[in-house]
Amino acid sequence: MTDQKPFLDIRNAQKSYGDLEVLKDISLQVQRGQIVAIIGPSGSGKSTLLRAINDLDPLTGGEVWLEDMQINKKLPHRQYEKHINQVRQNIGMVFQHFNLFPHLSVRGNVTLAPKMLKGISDDEANALAEEQLEKVGLLDRIDYYPSRLSGGQKQRVAIARALAMKPKVMLFDEATSALDPELVEEVNLVMKKLAEEHMTMVIVTHEMGFAEAVCDRVLFMDQGVVVEEGPPSKIFRNPDNERTQNFLRKHLANANR
Amino acid sequence: MDIDLMMRVYPFFLTAAWVTVQLSVYTALLGLACGALGASMRLSRHALLRFIGAAYVSVFRGTPALIQLFILYFGGPQIGIQLTAFEAGVIGLGVNIGAYMTETIRGSIIAIDKGQREAARTLGMSGWQTMRKVILPQSARLMIRPLGVNINALIKGTALVAAISVVELTYTAQRYIGSTYKPFEMFMLSGVLYMVIIYGTGQAIKWLDRKARIV
Ligand SMILES: Nc1ncnc2c1ncn2[C@@H]1O[C@H](COP(=O)(O)OP(=O)(O)OP(=O)(O)O)[C@@H](O)[C@H]1O
Ligand SMILES: [Mg+2]
Repeated sequence: MTDQKPFLDIRNAQKSYGDLEVLKDISLQVQRGQIVAIIGPSGSGKSTLLRAINDLDPLTGGEVWLEDMQINKKLPHRQYEKHINQVRQNIGMVFQHFNLFPHLSVRGNVTLAPKMLKGISDDEANALAEEQLEKVGLLDRIDYYPSRLSGGQKQRVAIARALAMKPKVMLFDEATSALDPELVEEVNLVMKKLAEEHMTMVIVTHEMGFAEAVCDRVLFMDQGVVVEEGPPSKIFRNPDNERTQNFLRKHLANANR
Repeated sequence: MDIDLMMRVYPFFLTAAWVTVQLSVYTALLGLACGALGASMRLSRHALLRFIGAAYVSVFRGTPALIQLFILYFGGPQIGIQLTAFEAGVIGLGVNIGAYMTETIRGSIIAIDKGQREAARTLGMSGWQTMRKVILPQSARLMIRPLGVNINALIKGTALVAAISVVELTYTAQRYIGSTYKPFEMFMLSGVLYMVIIYGTGQAIKWLDRKARIV
């Protein structure tokens, strides 16, 4: 299994904003069904790396591959658009601030893209919405509008919305950071469920406990480089690098305060 | 105040008010079309289109509407554009208010949180699909009131076409002043009718805005 070709392959990712180098030659291979956590201090480039995976923030150098397809291909505008819209259907993304569509009901949020992009009927779309909402435990909220949901419920709907496209990979950018502490667990539970179903996931998180419980691998990033990576037991219990140690120590101190 | 006179001439003012209403409706429709086009140019990927949109806005907001009307109506024939006064009024005012509407529409589009666009694009929706199904439905709600302000300005602006002798409310008042020498009564009549039109439009816009807000 170890010499298997990676499912998601980030090769020598570089990203600059003007003179500011945000990603400095980062490579990351994720196998099918693997769950990778990215941790690190604020501004270290975690979101930028995650968002490079679906080319939301295009890299200035390097390549991103999903299976046999290069995601960040340089193509003429029209072709690129066609290509990237196709690619993104395979990559679900969950944001810190949910970004639900406020003018649509929960059902509308979940069915909008599948209906538009997969040409499925209303009945099929409804069945799909019910299936995904069942999974995140919100079937009873299907006709609510986002404004009437709690933060945790909003995030679970956002996850259902992403899942409805049947993605091959799910990306989470601090999915629980904007939530009140008592609402974090319900979202974590949904993510754990996905983990049990062997969804391939890349998770940017500040929750070390969750990362340790769920992830196969942890990357510690600082100032645009991967300082250290390894299994959670290693990174969290016995990190080699001094910067990792400092980060975790500070983080623990904050968490316990 | 010569109430008798006002009672005698008001039917003519009603006819003129109807002209003002038609002028306003056509102007608003043309303005909205220009505004939509202008806004899409202002937001285009292409620098040239963005430039044209920006130039449109600054030229038409940066010169008096009256001069624009004069150029079109009096100057038009010189370059082969023959229009009736009414047509010139609609086109002149419509293109003018379209410049303001361009900014209104653009403003309500860029006011939508960028996370909305990101969420939609991430699902695989195209730029246009995102615009149509995610951004515009939200910005449409935002733009009702400010477009209402533009329309209010436009209705009052229709008075300008009196200067190219379209027989609307202001021109009619001027004409009757010529024969009656009662400017107070005549302008009052016009003023009241403008108020009715503007109040009615304002109520309609409030109603639309309230309806759009449910959810
Ligand atoms: N559009 C942009 N223009 C300029 N600089 C940017 C832009 N986006 C991000 N940056 C910079 O890139 C660096 C990395 O940002 P990024 O959002 O990836 O950090 P992060 O690790 O996700 O931080 P956080 O934990 O706060 O979310 C930061 O220094 C940030 O200021
Ligand atoms: Mg971030």
